[in-house]
Amino acid sequence: MTTANNAPAPVLTAKNLGIQFGGLKAVSDFNIEIGPSELLGLIGPNGAGKTTVFNMLTGVYRPTEGSFYLNGERMNGKKTHQIVDAGIARTFQNIRLFKKMSVLDNVKVAMSRELKYGLPQAIFRTPGYWREEAKITARAEELLDIVHLTGKGEMNADNLPYGQQRRLEIARALATDMKLLLLDEPAAGMNPTETEELLDIIHFIRSEFKISVLLIEHDMSLVMKICERIQVLDFGTTIASGTPAEVANNPKVIEAYLGKDDEEV
Amino acid sequence: MRKNIVPYITNLIGVLLIFAVFSLLFGLKVFGKSTLYFEGICTTACYTIVMVTSLNLIVGCMGEFSLGHAGFVSVGAYTSAIVSNSLSGKGIPDFGLFLIAILAGGIAAGIMGILVGVPALRLRGDYLAIVTVAFAEIIRVCFCNFPITGGGKTMSGILKLSSFSRSFWVMVVCVTVMYMFVRSRYGRTVKAIREDYIAAAASNINVTYYKVLTFTVAAFFAGIGGAMYAHYMTAMIPTNFNFMYSAELLSEVIIGGAGSLTGAILGASFLSSLPEVMRQFSQYRMLAYSVVLVLVMIFRPVGIFDTWEFSLTRLIRKCAGWFGAAGKTKEGK
Amino acid sequence: MAMTFSLFIQGLINGLNQGAIYALIALGYTMVYGIIRMINFAHGDFIMIGSYTLFYTIPLMVRAGMPAWLAVFIAVIVCAVVGVLVEIIAYRPVRKAGPMSALITALAMSLFLENLAMVLFGAKPHNVPALFTLPTVKFFGVSLPLNVLLTILIGLLMMIFLQIFVKKTRLGKAMRAVPQDRDAAVLYGVNVNFIITVTFAIGSALAAVAALMYCSTYPRVTNDMGSMMGIKAFIAAVLGGIGVIPGAMLGGILIGLIEIFVKLFAPGWYEAVTYGLLIVILLVKPSGILGKNAGEKV
Repeated sequence: MTTANNAPAPVLTAKNLGIQFGGLKAVSDFNIEIGPSELLGLIGPNGAGKTTVFNMLTGVYRPTEGSFYLNGERMNGKKTHQIVDAGIARTFQNIRLFKKMSVLDNVKVAMSRELKYGLPQAIFRTPGYWREEAKITARAEELLDIVHLTGKGEMNADNLPYGQQRRLEIARALATDMKLLLLDEPAAGMNPTETEELLDIIHFIRSEFKISVLLIEHDMSLVMKICERIQVLDFGTTIASGTPAEVANNPKVIEAYLGKDDEEV
Repeated sequence: MRKNIVPYITNLIGVLLIFAVFSLLFGLKVFGKSTLYFEGICTTACYTIVMVTSLNLIVGCMGEFSLGHAGFVSVGAYTSAIVSNSLSGKGIPDFGLFLIAILAGGIAAGIMGILVGVPALRLRGDYLAIVTVAFAEIIRVCFCNFPITGGGKTMSGILKLSSFSRSFWVMVVCVTVMYMFVRSRYGRTVKAIREDYIAAAASNINVTYYKVLTFTVAAFFAGIGGAMYAHYMTAMIPTNFNFMYSAELLSEVIIGGAGSLTGAILGASFLSSLPEVMRQFSQYRMLAYSVVLVLVMIFRPVGIFDTWEFSLTRLIRKCAGWFGAAGKTKEGK
Repeated sequence: MAMTFSLFIQGLINGLNQGAIYALIALGYTMVYGIIRMINFAHGDFIMIGSYTLFYTIPLMVRAGMPAWLAVFIAVIVCAVVGVLVEIIAYRPVRKAGPMSALITALAMSLFLENLAMVLFGAKPHNVPALFTLPTVKFFGVSLPLNVLLTILIGLLMMIFLQIFVKKTRLGKAMRAVPQDRDAAVLYGVNVNFIITVTFAIGSALAAVAALMYCSTYPRVTNDMGSMMGIKAFIAAVLGGIGVIPGAMLGGILIGLIEIFVKLFAPGWYEAVTYGLLIVILLVKPSGILGKNAGEKV
């Protein structure tokens, strides 16, 4: 297991994280350290437990063993929205947008906690209410620009083509002002052009927002190009971790993927 | 969202006009001997509108079922009756007494909303529906056993404080407040929860808080509706607020279109005046409701109005557009 | 109020009687829920239909010189037919639309049946004539009507029959496959529509049997007897474990006993206890006493 080099304290630390469903150990002994502005990849064959790790890190599942810390604060057992508030945001493997709401609203919803007006101000439509709503509308539009969805604010989310829906999910996650972004197969179903665009977006948000990113992906070209470090899961345990070059030549990794993917490492 | 005063003023004028029309009709006794009767129907429509739009917050906005709404209505009804009875004769003007009573009813129902919502909203779908029935029945049993609410017999002698004008304006205020709620971050958040509660939690939303909040607001207004009911009927018995009543309210929401305030208002006013208009067919009323409900579910599950909202400003703009176009064609010739 | 021994035994007997009736109703509920995962609000109203049918057919039987309880076969047929019709006309078209629509449609059907009965039969209660001429045994100040034992016996028989049917027969296996994975069931040659129709037929037929035993204890039949009974039976099914057939029996007996004993101490509050029990169960262990937990995939 490699650790981030010297000084800056890791943003995310997981120690022996694991979860058991009945008799099945979906994930066991998961250790990870992600530093500030680092981009880590989490790869492995289907069913290896990658999304389960995400679910644990976002409070959807409660780990049955181990613990994880965000900037030193223990996150086990916290509810999802508390973890998001602390600074971990995610996208979903199967897109989970608010389908019948507009694109802009999808992003605005995630900024709810920033709004400084309460029920009375909403009911009486005070100047404060209008000010705050204008503020988040402007910010939402900025985020849409970043993910190249400018001008599509009024469309219904389910009218967007697939690739744009994935980008909208990223914009929504960004709206939560996170320190760590978990991307679950953001390039799934995208053609090469869209994947390039996605790469640009990820580069941009990393440098612009100075956030750490943990990425689950099956598209190996994307993973190799963008990740600084990679961790490989198989049957719920980590079988390798290191730089892309190290992982690519690791015999255990090759064996895990053998015959399962066309996109060989 | 830029601040635009025009729709608000337009709607205010529209509402004033409606009120003026009705008041004139009643004042001039256009219906002759039946004026009081029609006034009664309109008053009934007013409080039914409040009840149905409050249920719409839960069903349309939050996307969940409450089959126990009558329970909140009854809490509002009984609380307001007790309050107005105890404060009567102390020199408070009628209108003030009315306001105090309905506020008391609303607050009591709101508190009940929190008490029911916190445990119940952990469940969803079928199970939530059944649990709301259970809570409403427990409330009913309580009212049947408390001497202060008549101990299972009719509680009568409530002051008749619900005149048409008071009911109308209370209804307008209630619907306006609910509308503001829906068109703010609260409505937006709750709709997101309805769409996908897991994604909502991942978007930094405290799902439980917003669910309970919406439920409580809905209960509050149900209580106000109940208070208006009590001070119109002047007598009531706990079995008035049974499962059948909750089912009626829910039917009215669904038929009108869950998620549409317009649908709820029209549904409520139409369906509440039906029993009077169809008095000789009153035994067929619930039969007809149920058939309509099944037909709506099969052929138009989103309800008659779906999420479409009536907008006075839009209508005016359209009319202005027609006139403009007509003017242009005349010039063209 | 002192609880004498005979009072206790009487309470036990009354509770078992009440409980067995709830159990019979709950059996149909739980079976249908187990297969189509939908609360059939109208189930209680099938009992009402069965009861009205008995009201009309028992005198026919008696006039024909046959034992009154044979009328139950007619009631079974009538209820099964009504159940199937309800399924085909109302439930099937909305099955694809989602659980919300299904719930409302079930509610609407319940209202429809109740009000139809009111229109057809009037709002006055009808009295079903005596079904069994079984004696009542009296001992130690306790009276035990023997039809209580009959009710319990029938309930147990139904339960055993259903369990065997669902676990061992091909049809039963097909029925169990449908809620697990509907599409996979189709791929294995299961005609899902047919299975669901059969489920409803059996469930409604069970309702007719429940009506028989209900009427032998409480001969008074009204058009709205169904909804509250349905809810109580649903509570029984949930308590025992919804979808689990022995659970319906267990839950029914428990609810019956609880109601009777609470009635002894606080007669105005016994319903609140039953409903309170439902709330507690759904919050603490929604799968019920005999049920198993299932999670949701993210």
